[in-house]
Amino acid sequence: MSRASLFVPLGIFLLVVAFGYAGFRLNDPHQLPSALLDKPFPDFEARLLTQPSTVVGRDALLGTPVLVNVWATWCPTCKAEHAELMRIARETDLRLVGIVYKDQPQLAMRWLNDYGNPYDLVLQDSDGALGVELGVYGAPETFLLDAEGTIVYKRVGDVNPRIWREEMLPRLGLLEVATDLDSASETH
Amino acid sequence: MRINRFFPVLLACWSMAVSAATPVDVFEFESAEQASRYRALIDEFRCPKCLNTNLSGSDAPIAQDLRRTVHRLLVEDALSDQQIRDFLQERYGDFVLYNPPFRPGTYVLWLAPVVFLLIGAFVLFRVVRQPPRELTLSEGEQARIAEIVNKAGRE
Repeated sequence: MSRASLFVPLGIFLLVVAFGYAGFRLNDPHQLPSALLDKPFPDFEARLLTQPSTVVGRDALLGTPVLVNVWATWCPTCKAEHAELMRIARETDLRLVGIVYKDQPQLAMRWLNDYGNPYDLVLQDSDGALGVELGVYGAPETFLLDAEGTIVYKRVGDVNPRIWREEMLPRLGLLEVATDLDSASETH
Repeated sequence: MRINRFFPVLLACWSMAVSAATPVDVFEFESAEQASRYRALIDEFRCPKCLNTNLSGSDAPIAQDLRRTVHRLLVEDALSDQQIRDFLQERYGDFVLYNPPFRPGTYVLWLAPVVFLLIGAFVLFRVVRQPPRELTLSEGEQARIAEIVNKAGRE
């Protein structure tokens, strides 16, 4: 047995450590990779929160890049991210669309009255059917769409300043959503 | 006996408690065959929210929604099992399938066991085939042993 082979157990040990380390650094298993990334936003029909008699479809999301935020009043994380959505609405000209996911319209309306309404358009998804089309498995979830309605980014969980800065701004830059927004958010 | 009189009441309460604890969806099917396909499908899919539970075993709201969706696709839209699988996979990804498809992203997953098996077979082959090592001593060593034996014999 050569002297070098004495190091085999150490090598195996280091390999196991490396795998373990990589395993711990892998993505959170609760974060599903989005199946809809780079695919067109699905067709849908949904009522407006404020005018339930008006039904809108996918067309309502086209024309400009848009942030689609799936939220509900029963969702604590939605409360946590609300301030960031308000800031985005105030300081950028990105269009925000909210989808009220499995919630009562009255509660959603009161929420928007109480905490402010960052959305240009709020859709109802009372039974979660649109959520299923979108592969939503919990609120909040946020999608970024380009002007043609292709999903370029999906976030499961809250939109916070770090996510906005590191994940969303670069993509919005590619979509050419007013680059002066960057400076607006930095001077703030 | 007092207990006896209350026993039916207890039994009734117990059965209510049991039925309240399991998720119950009231769905109608056109045939027994359809109902059994439904049960097989909701056993097959993984609940996206709960990692290690299937749709039939989960009480999560999303599992309820997906059970309803499977029922709708099966009964109203009359899709085949494979079409329903594709529907859910398109929206929720490979995650909902306990059995991931074989494609570049999953090559490591599927092939790693084969690779390890081959490595094991190679090592085993080497170990088994190796001839037993012969102990050969150099002349110097043999002389030394003879000397030691001699010395021990004299003492």
